[in-house]
Amino acid sequence: MHSKSAMHAFTEGVRAVLPLMTGMLPFGLITGVTAIGMGMSPLDAMGMTLLFYSGSAQMVVLQLMQSGALPLTMVVTALVINLRFLMYSAALAPHLSDLPRRKTWPLSYLLSDQSFALCSLKFGAGSLGRSAFPYYLGTALPMWLGWNLAVLAGVYLGTGIPESWSLGFAIPLSFLALLVPGIRNPAMLGAAVTGGALAVLAHDLPYNLGLLVASLGGVISGLTFEQLRKGAPVAAEAP
Amino acid sequence: MTDMNPWLTFALIGLGTFAIRLSFIEFYGALRIPPMLRRALVYVPASVLAALVLPAVVFKAGQPGIDWGNPQIPAAIVAGLVAWRTRSTLLTLAVGMGVLWALQHWGL
Repeated sequence: MHSKSAMHAFTEGVRAVLPLMTGMLPFGLITGVTAIGMGMSPLDAMGMTLLFYSGSAQMVVLQLMQSGALPLTMVVTALVINLRFLMYSAALAPHLSDLPRRKTWPLSYLLSDQSFALCSLKFGAGSLGRSAFPYYLGTALPMWLGWNLAVLAGVYLGTGIPESWSLGFAIPLSFLALLVPGIRNPAMLGAAVTGGALAVLAHDLPYNLGLLVASLGGVISGLTFEQLRKGAPVAAEAP
Repeated sequence: MTDMNPWLTFALIGLGTFAIRLSFIEFYGALRIPPMLRRALVYVPASVLAALVLPAVVFKAGQPGIDWGNPQIPAAIVAGLVAWRTRSTLLTLAVGMGVLWALQHWGL
């Protein structure tokens, strides 16, 4: 009986995540194409993909490699980009932390924006009980498989694409596609405008420090805007 | 750290990302996000992504200063509008690249 309800929850998760994958697949494809376009070997590109399982961190590192940044800058920037997973982890922990490590470690590796969005809605709506884990896996496994296959497809397509196609421009475009729909209130807009403007002004700082300065400035300005508009509700990060 | 093997860099990022994802699931109950940090984290994606996008659009590699004739600028503006109206990654990429290629092709 339990395995049947687990299977049901898994299938439900798969069905919920499939529509969200249409947005992820082109991003994966572009990530693969870009990695190859930057001169990475297919092995390096796929190793990076499997180790990170994070498209935005991967794109950041590719962009920083292009501009000759220090490895330390790459590590710090990629981890700052991924700090949002701290919130996801905190939100899902009440529902998943009872599981043994052989489940929590793999499920943590598989944590994505999409799985978080679906599961936080589902877990919040009602108690899935022991079905929480299979539901989570149903959302997470197709994402993982789809992402790696999309990057792999891009890696093989990428080898045949000439430089005159300016595919490097796909990196800022993909960030733009993540950035714009994520702006849900004036404080977030303030954070984005400040972050972007500071990054342009601080562009000449050594070691890509401008990026960190700008990011920090953006966050502070977001908090300041929030403070100024106190009383107005602040939208949560979850889509 | 300048000559670091790229795989070491990748492994550090992979491990760090895993640790961030695992954090609260592993230490549930023992670990709490300070309220100030929780509020600050909301603004991390917007400010970091904007800080990545803008310089990459307005500056050309190896060139100092902003070249306002850079076709990436109008292409990014159009792509931003598409992202805002459609929320589609695919359309944003397609339109942005399309505008860039059109401007390059016709030398506008």
